[in-house]
Amino acid sequence: MSRYFHSVMLDQDKCKGCTNCIKHCPTEAIRVREGRAVIIEERCIDCGECIRICPNRAKLAITDPLERLADYQYTIALPAPSLYAQFGPEVLPGSIIGALLSMGFDEVYEVAVGAVAVSNALHRYIESQSGHRPVISSACPAVVRLMQVRFPGLLEHIAPVETPMEISARLAREKARQEHDLPDNAIGVFFITPCPAKVTAIKQPFGERSYVDGAFSMSAIYGAVLRHLQDVADAPPDSLSPALGVGWGKTGGENQAIKKHALLAVDGIHNVINVLEEIERGGLTDIHYIEAQACTGGCIGGPLTPQNPFVARVRMERLLKVLAAGERPLPAFPDDPEYYRLAGPIPPRPTLKLSSDINRAIGMLEEVERITAELPGLDCGSCGSPNCRALAEDIVRGYAESSYCVFKLREKLQLLAREIVDLAHKQPPAMGKPEKHSKDSAIQNKNADQQVGRKEGTDL
Amino acid sequence: MEFSVCGMDFNRAGEAAAQIKKALQLVGMHMDTMRRAVIVAYEAELNIVIHARQGRLVAHIHPDRVELEAIDEGPGIPDIPRAMQEGYSTAPAHIRKMGFGAGMGLPNIKKSASQMRLTSEINVGTRLTATIINQTSGD
Ligand code: SF4
Ligand code: SF4
Repeated sequence: MSRYFHSVMLDQDKCKGCTNCIKHCPTEAIRVREGRAVIIEERCIDCGECIRICPNRAKLAITDPLERLADYQYTIALPAPSLYAQFGPEVLPGSIIGALLSMGFDEVYEVAVGAVAVSNALHRYIESQSGHRPVISSACPAVVRLMQVRFPGLLEHIAPVETPMEISARLAREKARQEHDLPDNAIGVFFITPCPAKVTAIKQPFGERSYVDGAFSMSAIYGAVLRHLQDVADAPPDSLSPALGVGWGKTGGENQAIKKHALLAVDGIHNVINVLEEIERGGLTDIHYIEAQACTGGCIGGPLTPQNPFVARVRMERLLKVLAAGERPLPAFPDDPEYYRLAGPIPPRPTLKLSSDINRAIGMLEEVERITAELPGLDCGSCGSPNCRALAEDIVRGYAESSYCVFKLREKLQLLAREIVDLAHKQPPAMGKPEKHSKDSAIQNKNADQQVGRKEGTDL
Repeated sequence: MEFSVCGMDFNRAGEAAAQIKKALQLVGMHMDTMRRAVIVAYEAELNIVIHARQGRLVAHIHPDRVELEAIDEGPGIPDIPRAMQEGYSTAPAHIRKMGFGAGMGLPNIKKSASQMRLTSEINVGTRLTATIINQTSGD
């Protein structure tokens, strides 16, 4: 496997090199070269912003095909809470679970259930910790990866508590093992994902392994779920669907579930960046917990969700009311805080460094400043870099040339054109005939030509 | 690197600090140095925004340290030792209502910087110099 696994990929044939995506990438990880987008692997955080923005549908997320179910003896579906908000008001979680079962899964374990266990663990953690304030949620893998690249100094703020997806997978696996006496490798756990970032979190976890074996894109299986809804229309199976856990699928849901301590919820990757900058400047220490989600509206607005996020939001709110009215008892969860501990440390990804030698890097930074000052500052993106400063950085890193800038190229062309015109006026002395109308000008011309001749002679 | 900062322009407060952080990241400064430099740069920038007509924030980046200079044209500080006390502020009420000017700016700078110098002349302006030593840990 390459150093960084990525779920976000480019479909070469569809990309027109229009430069739309490079301008929206929060880590400046995309360039356009030779008419195609190129993703700088170390910087990409798989947030899926480019998938959303590409007018040609050339950015896509690699998820698993349904055929992978055949690899396992016993398969479990983990529906993300956001899945429930993708259907009309008459479709309740029970029907969705039924549809998943009739599609071929042996069992469904709701991530909303695991989310309640995680909420309790988070509540206990926030209560007990006195260190870095505010604590930042670990749930959105795009935000965690954004922090690795752009806010390494804040990684210590991340709650060392596993995500609802991981905890649900672990609980589901243990349950299946006990109930059906199965070896671990016979069980296949599949997350139904609203985003590519979760796929990356599964394929490249921070700890030794993920408890999840694969991920199906919500949009990709949406049609199949719709079709199978009819199979269970008469008698949908029971669902536990705790309102507090399902609420994790939208902005503010985590805070509601953790209760009293939580204070701030921020969604949309560019808003998240603003809040993280504020924390970096030493602010927001009065806030206990920050729920930060890369997608507008939270996971219901994920790039792999089929429904319009605003419609999904209304459906989610309505569903939460229905669910809150009919709460059912949940299974007992493990008490041991270690059970919920984040599997591994989250290392910084210092991918922005110009050089590993600080002296050299400072020299290069000065060069970046100098080149930036010379560029037009229009940030048009025609050079294939997201803005003029990024182009300057690319030039200094050796990935680009100043002639990539169309304005610089024009300047150079103008100079060249002027030189060509000048040269065109110059004639070899053998051809130059003095003009008749003025004696003085004829002599001047002759002198000028002789000078040129001499100059050219010395140049040669 | 030099940035001009405009008095009362809260919309853009923090922009210079963000640029300085980006530069420190490009250079590969130690994480703690970066964290402290960002706090100093931001508080210094905010001080100009709150108290001065206009000013400049200048960053000099060296392998072993970051030097930040904030020079402003403004009312000046009449009593520097008092201004250094936590919670002492001369910011007017409407600024405090916005959540700024809690009197933590200079103390925060002092806490985060390795060295700090402050000179001020009434009705002329203030000059603040702060140095953050880069503790290289070889990462
Ligand atoms: S948005 Fe990006 S990926 Fe899509 S066509 Fe334009 S350059 Fe290619
Ligand atoms: S907010 Fe949710 S859907 Fe969006 S990137 Fe984060 S985890 Fe994925």
